[in-house]
Amino acid sequence: MVQTNVTKKSNSVVEIDAQDLLTRELNIRLREATSNGTRKIELYNVYGQRYIGTDLNKPVEIEIFGTPGNDLGAFMDGPKIIVRGNAQDGCGNTMNEGEIIIHGHAGDVIGLSARGGKIFVKEGVGYRAGIHMKEYEDKKPVLVIGDTAQDFLGEYMAGGILILLGLNLRPGETHRANYIGTGMHGGVMYLRGSVNDFQLGKEIGVSELDENDSAHLKRYVEEFAAHFGYKAGDILNHKFIKLFPLYLRPYGRLYAY
Amino acid sequence: MKTYLPPKFLVERDQTRCIQCQVCVNQCSFDVHYYDAEDDEVRSREANCVGCHRCAVFCPTGAITIRRNPMEYRENYNWRPEVIEDIIKQAETGGVLLTGMGDDKSQRIYWDYLVLNASQVTNPSIDPLREPMELTTYLGRKPDAVDIDMNKMQLKTKMAPQVRLDIPVMFAAMSYGAVSINVQESLARAATEAGTLWNTGEGGLHPKLYKYGKNTIVQVASGRFGVHQAYLDAAAVIEIKIGQGAKPGMGGHLPGEKVSADVAMTRMIPKGTDALSPFPQHDIYSIEDLAQLVYALKEATNYTKPISVKIAAVHNSAAIASGMVRAGADIIVLDGLRGSTGAAPKVNRDNVGIPIEMALASLDTRLRQEGIRNQASVVISGGIRNSGDVAKAIALGADAIYIGTAALMALGCTCCQQCHTGKCAWGICTSDLALTKRINPDIGARRLANLLRAWSIELKDILGGMGINAVESLRGNRLALRGIGLTETELDILGVRMAGG
Repeated sequence: MVQTNVTKKSNSVVEIDAQDLLTRELNIRLREATSNGTRKIELYNVYGQRYIGTDLNKPVEIEIFGTPGNDLGAFMDGPKIIVRGNAQDGCGNTMNEGEIIIHGHAGDVIGLSARGGKIFVKEGVGYRAGIHMKEYEDKKPVLVIGDTAQDFLGEYMAGGILILLGLNLRPGETHRANYIGTGMHGGVMYLRGSVNDFQLGKEIGVSELDENDSAHLKRYVEEFAAHFGYKAGDILNHKFIKLFPLYLRPYGRLYAY
Repeated sequence: MKTYLPPKFLVERDQTRCIQCQVCVNQCSFDVHYYDAEDDEVRSREANCVGCHRCAVFCPTGAITIRRNPMEYRENYNWRPEVIEDIIKQAETGGVLLTGMGDDKSQRIYWDYLVLNASQVTNPSIDPLREPMELTTYLGRKPDAVDIDMNKMQLKTKMAPQVRLDIPVMFAAMSYGAVSINVQESLARAATEAGTLWNTGEGGLHPKLYKYGKNTIVQVASGRFGVHQAYLDAAAVIEIKIGQGAKPGMGGHLPGEKVSADVAMTRMIPKGTDALSPFPQHDIYSIEDLAQLVYALKEATNYTKPISVKIAAVHNSAAIASGMVRAGADIIVLDGLRGSTGAAPKVNRDNVGIPIEMALASLDTRLRQEGIRNQASVVISGGIRNSGDVAKAIALGADAIYIGTAALMALGCTCCQQCHTGKCAWGICTSDLALTKRINPDIGARRLANLLRAWSIELKDILGGMGINAVESLRGNRLALRGIGLTETELDILGVRMAGG
């Protein structure tokens, strides 16, 4: 098949111009490119094409210039995606493995039900971030958000690590999300910047970070800082709080038997 | 607190037959029978009895009879014993009443008011013993028209992915965690033998069962348990579960005590935590969002398998289904009022949703009116009891039928409705390792495959009697049905004429 839009830069690097490609056409080209040993793909003129990075279970790096559409990296199993711009809704939906780095902001339901992998967002995210993230033994998803998030952050969270840095909050300004961690029954959240008690779900507790927490936090903030050109020390040199589930079984007492 | 609840059942032990062997003591998982060594006698704690009949079936001398407790309240049509006892339970616990299986109330079962046709004189019936009779069914999106290359006698139209069933009866979604691995293995093996499909439910697919992938439907539900690339790749069909007939609109809570090491591994959550499935899928708040997930799954599997979407039968399910077809669903699953569950609040199970017969008829009518019936296969579930129900459902417009409760009954279930306790004495709906051994997959698969074989012979007899030789000719053929004892409105919605007319 003659491939328009696809330019081979070297043996392992391919450039794709997504200008006139539909979602399905773009994903066909991505599958073909990754099936022959390509290690890096650069996507230009991306205008909302969906599901980029799904069905590619290879350690390929995809750099996106433009705005990828919904479900970026849905069910993703391995690739690394760098977005030079903003991402839309459903980024990292049920992701299993890999990394998504967004040099901008992202829409709603980022990291929904993620089972593994890492997502870094330089700026803020929309509603319902990190809902029902999971973990099993050493497989833990990580979601790091540079600015703030909207309501239902970490609702029903069952595992993983969610870090909210609030880097653009003005002095005295609190995070905006309400219903943070409602129904949370696993995993942990680290928040930099303040929240009011009424913003928190009834099933979570608040505490200081212990040594183990600080080590995790440091590791992922350092990765975040390296991706986006911050100094990790500047970010970490600030009070963090830890949000954790009070119960493994938050709804165990609802029933007559 | 002293309970005011009387025992539901009485355990009668015929002392002339009882040999104090204690089989009943070992078989009962509800602690009813116990052995009094001092008196050398087996006795009963009747208050614990759930009426599952495990002991009676396994008693080697037939000494045990389980009866309903005849203790009768003063007669009252409104305040029936069940109503009184439910209130007592709630007064003593302050909790939501949980139950298992499907709605057991007296809402009309329309299958019983529908009868099938047969050929007499004017067209001959067909004897399926001497002529071929076709039950083969293909699930998946069908084209609006087919284009055939007449020279090569080949289909030119590119078909969407289709899945072949040798019998239009599949096993309904029952998740690992709700039922045991031995039950799932029995279902998977029977489906493979019978040429049909079983459904993982939303608890993931145990590594041991991947080899049955060609006969497996995998579910993607609001908890997204065990969903990953290999799981999607293994399946014949991927089903997005929006709702379930036993608890429309609700999620699920698999209690932590059922989340054993193996269940945790399959679901990819820590052992002992509750497996909570949220009410909605939080990436689906509209038909457009549903389309997004349908196509996410199609992209994730490179358009190689049909995507099914399952909803509970509710007031507007016909209109909703039209949206689902337009959102790219290749198979629509409707689960009716009597759809079953491993655990649901009783009030939802018995009061929410509409009868599957009405939902199916209105959905089929609606999709036909809109000219999109060919774009999706229709599968129904919820209380289908026998091949007669199956034939009637197909005549009302279904492509295939899911059976859940009937399949479990083949494995021994007596519908005692204690699934939510995790103590199933028949070893079906439990993760207790001692109890799960009671299902032997060799025997379980045999019993299930036998059931499907029996139904397929019966279906062929029904078709033959009508003078048709393929289930395709019955599908949506409502002239094959007549109603008895139904009102004009009911007949109108069912699209069926009154018997005699």
